[in-house]
Amino acid sequence: MLSIKSKHIFAALLASCMLTQGAQAAVESNDPIKLTLHDWTGQLITTTMMGRVLEEMGYNIEYQVADYIAQFAGLESGDLHVAMEMWETTGKQAMETSLATGNTVDLGETGMKAVEEWWYPLYMKEKCPGLPDWKALNDCAEIFSAPETAPKGRYLGAPVTWGGFDDERVEALGMDFEVVHAGTDAALFAELESAYQRKAAWVGWVYTPHWAPIKFEGEFVEFPPYSDECYSDPKAGLNANEAYDCGKPRGWIKKVGWKGGEEKWPCAYQAIRNFKTDNQTIGTMVGEVDLDGKKMEDVVETWLKANESTWKTWTQCS
Amino acid sequence: MLGILLYYFSAQLPEQFAWLIKYPKSWTIPLKYWISDFMKWLIQDLDFGLFTFKEFTRSIAWLLEWPLRFASALLSEGFTFSSDPKAPVLVQRLPWVAVTAIFTLIAYRVNGWKLAILVGSCFLYLAIFGQWESAMVTLSSIVIAVPFGVFIGMLFGILGFRHKNFEMAMMPVLDLMQTVPVFAYLVPVLFLFGFGPVAAMIATMIYATPPMVRLTLLALKQVPAELVEYGRMAGCTNKQLLWKVQIPSARAGLMVGVNQVIMLSLNMVIIASMIGAGGLGYDVLASLRRLAIGAGLEAGVAITLLAIALDRLSQAFVQRDTTSFHPEDVHFLIRHRYLVTAIAGLLIVWIAGHFLPAVNHYPEAMQLTTGEFWSDLVKWLNINYFDQFEAVKTFLLLNFMIPIKRFLLAVPWVVIVAMVALLGYQLGGWRLSVLTALLSLFIAVTGQWQKAMVTIYLCGVSVLFATGIGVPLGMWAALNKKVYRVVKVIIDTLQTLPSFVYLIPVVMLFRVGDFAAMLAIIVYSLAPAVRYTIHGITQVPEDLVEASKAIGCTKLQILRRVQIPIALPEIMLGVNQTIMMALSMLVITALVGTRDLGQEVYIALTKADTGRGIVAGLAVAFIAIIADRLIGAWAKRKKQQLGMEHV
Repeated sequence: MLSIKSKHIFAALLASCMLTQGAQAAVESNDPIKLTLHDWTGQLITTTMMGRVLEEMGYNIEYQVADYIAQFAGLESGDLHVAMEMWETTGKQAMETSLATGNTVDLGETGMKAVEEWWYPLYMKEKCPGLPDWKALNDCAEIFSAPETAPKGRYLGAPVTWGGFDDERVEALGMDFEVVHAGTDAALFAELESAYQRKAAWVGWVYTPHWAPIKFEGEFVEFPPYSDECYSDPKAGLNANEAYDCGKPRGWIKKVGWKGGEEKWPCAYQAIRNFKTDNQTIGTMVGEVDLDGKKMEDVVETWLKANESTWKTWTQCS
Repeated sequence: MLGILLYYFSAQLPEQFAWLIKYPKSWTIPLKYWISDFMKWLIQDLDFGLFTFKEFTRSIAWLLEWPLRFASALLSEGFTFSSDPKAPVLVQRLPWVAVTAIFTLIAYRVNGWKLAILVGSCFLYLAIFGQWESAMVTLSSIVIAVPFGVFIGMLFGILGFRHKNFEMAMMPVLDLMQTVPVFAYLVPVLFLFGFGPVAAMIATMIYATPPMVRLTLLALKQVPAELVEYGRMAGCTNKQLLWKVQIPSARAGLMVGVNQVIMLSLNMVIIASMIGAGGLGYDVLASLRRLAIGAGLEAGVAITLLAIALDRLSQAFVQRDTTSFHPEDVHFLIRHRYLVTAIAGLLIVWIAGHFLPAVNHYPEAMQLTTGEFWSDLVKWLNINYFDQFEAVKTFLLLNFMIPIKRFLLAVPWVVIVAMVALLGYQLGGWRLSVLTALLSLFIAVTGQWQKAMVTIYLCGVSVLFATGIGVPLGMWAALNKKVYRVVKVIIDTLQTLPSFVYLIPVVMLFRVGDFAAMLAIIVYSLAPAVRYTIHGITQVPEDLVEASKAIGCTKLQILRRVQIPIALPEIMLGVNQTIMMALSMLVITALVGTRDLGQEVYIALTKADTGRGIVAGLAVAFIAIIADRLIGAWAKRKKQQLGMEHV
């Protein structure tokens, strides 16, 4: 009994010290909440936004650079606490596996919608007038060919690990394209930039929110719209014998966290759950950082000042 | 020839012998699942009673965290003396002026003003090009990882030197540590040691320590027997003999080991940044992801310069004359006047750093960048010369690379295993034969044959080009002092500049695919071919060259008839190293979309799949070991034939 009591006294002492130190509000625990940083600007922005809001609430925040998928090891063990962007289109499988362990918790959608699809630069419309329809794209497959794929067109797909079923899609829709996989998105966009500089034919995997569709003018190819049956049932869709005869799903982007944090920082987790934004907001900020060369911290700070009423609503804790 | 014959023969084989050509899937041993399950058991279930295995590894990580925190506070963050991360910094970190001055002074003391200027300008570059903050994060993990690596390396080296059995058991482990790609063991390291700088440091140490063990062993073995005898006659105990006689006289060799640890640790900077080390490696990755080629290059060059500064410093320590005369009767302050002045100056600057921001942080307004220039250069090349590049690429791909790939994929696996075993027998007897056969069987049995063949194709083609360029370049440099100086700078840069820096421009000019990967591998693996050739040619005995001159040989004849044949074993060791480098580059080229074992390791990393990564990593290591043993046996025979095994 005594030890528990003394713990309380100690905590009270600590809290009073905190109060005398100044602006900090009382929070459940002063241990830093570790947010993970990945390697694309949009994620750095959403994470810093969340981090700054939590700091305003009085929490200690630490940022930890971690790999998008490898981080689950850390989230499950409590070495890391919150990941701000888990995309349905690329991270769903890893996230579900992790949630099944019971050590991580789904913290809800961010409000952004992930779009991933075949994409071409706008100047290709002159060379291939029927775009963005996928049939028109297929009719001018040869324009998109490279020596090693000719006469078939060359489509630069995402890293193999991202999935996406492009090989299956080409097969099911009977397209005259060959899928080449880039190893990383850095390589993917390096090739796009190179083609764009030369105004050369190019079609590849582009996603948003990302700086590429802001920097380069272009459009997504329009495939037959996605449906769950199209992926799961060969009979659905244009090709009666094969699945994947449609476009890609447009998916959520979710936040995910270490389970133990729920009890440790309940109000913080509540605020993270409340976090809501959209593609337009983040896309514009990504453009300001990557294209106008502004500092990421400054861009986030400007947003915080201009949108205080928005993020104040996240911080209310019941 | 044998292969081709068997290939045509095999086309006629009836169905029931199809297993001879393609290894059947159902025969695959699920080793990767066993490893994953073992890992799971290790992390979740292994319990020593008082504590679990995971708690044990975590406490190691906790211990290592303290020195790391101290270094990072000293060099980059400042001291807060509090566990609360928001507490104000009470004692500032060492200002950039002070760090630059300290390293310059050390360089001056060790080797005079020339080295001082080199080291000083390396650090100035970091400040002027805005790399200081990240560079100090990187440096703080290097200054902790290197001493630990050196200590552990020496410990195992000494143990191996004392106990023959221990050495025998250790050697294969060292081989694996050096050849299994780092990506393969990142995931288990993360599981066991947590996420962040400490895990990154441990992975760095696994990669960088083996040369220290090897060089310690070698250096101790090379201590002259007379010296040891003399020590015994003077009545030294074993312990005294080791610390007072053997280690001091092996110092030069040990310092080479230290140098290797430093260089390899810096090689790991990029990979370490992927698991939370931050610093320069992260800057390189992040800038290249937004295609800021210039910014990536500047951060990459910062890594190179840090490596060069530390390398030259450690080499100067090796060459320094330690027997210099210290007059004992001079007053302490005068005898150590440099040290005293330095410490006084350091304290003044450090204190000043608390009040003058410009002393503490290099002013942002005075920073330079060349970022735009590099992007523009690549753009210009891209717009004006893409068609020419494309023509060369298409020619090589269609006439050279693709046929080799098709051939390797078509040859039955049994034939290749048999050929490797046969080669092993011819070069090194039945022991080598069994070893190489077993190692290549492992690849088939774990179901990775196809990917292994793509690996061999990509590495083989790259090594052909790398030696084709590197060996002649090395010969030229060996015979011409001026060329030598230029070549040395180039290969030093190529070896320390993170390959990611040139990988992205290569993709922009040559597009994603095997060709871009091949170019990157060639660039990375060129250095050893050049280095060993230079070494081989220059160590040809002078009297032999003189004698050939006397009998009237022309320069070309001397090169062809005397120098090349004698240097050949050495050159082949260079080729061997080129193969090792090419294999270690595989995982990086997976980032531009190859479909080989490197990709397999990379996928395993992104899926956090321990077993899959380790099995593919072992396959890469076994290819390396097979190549290494075969070439080593060949070089040894050749040397014996030339009667120069003692050279």
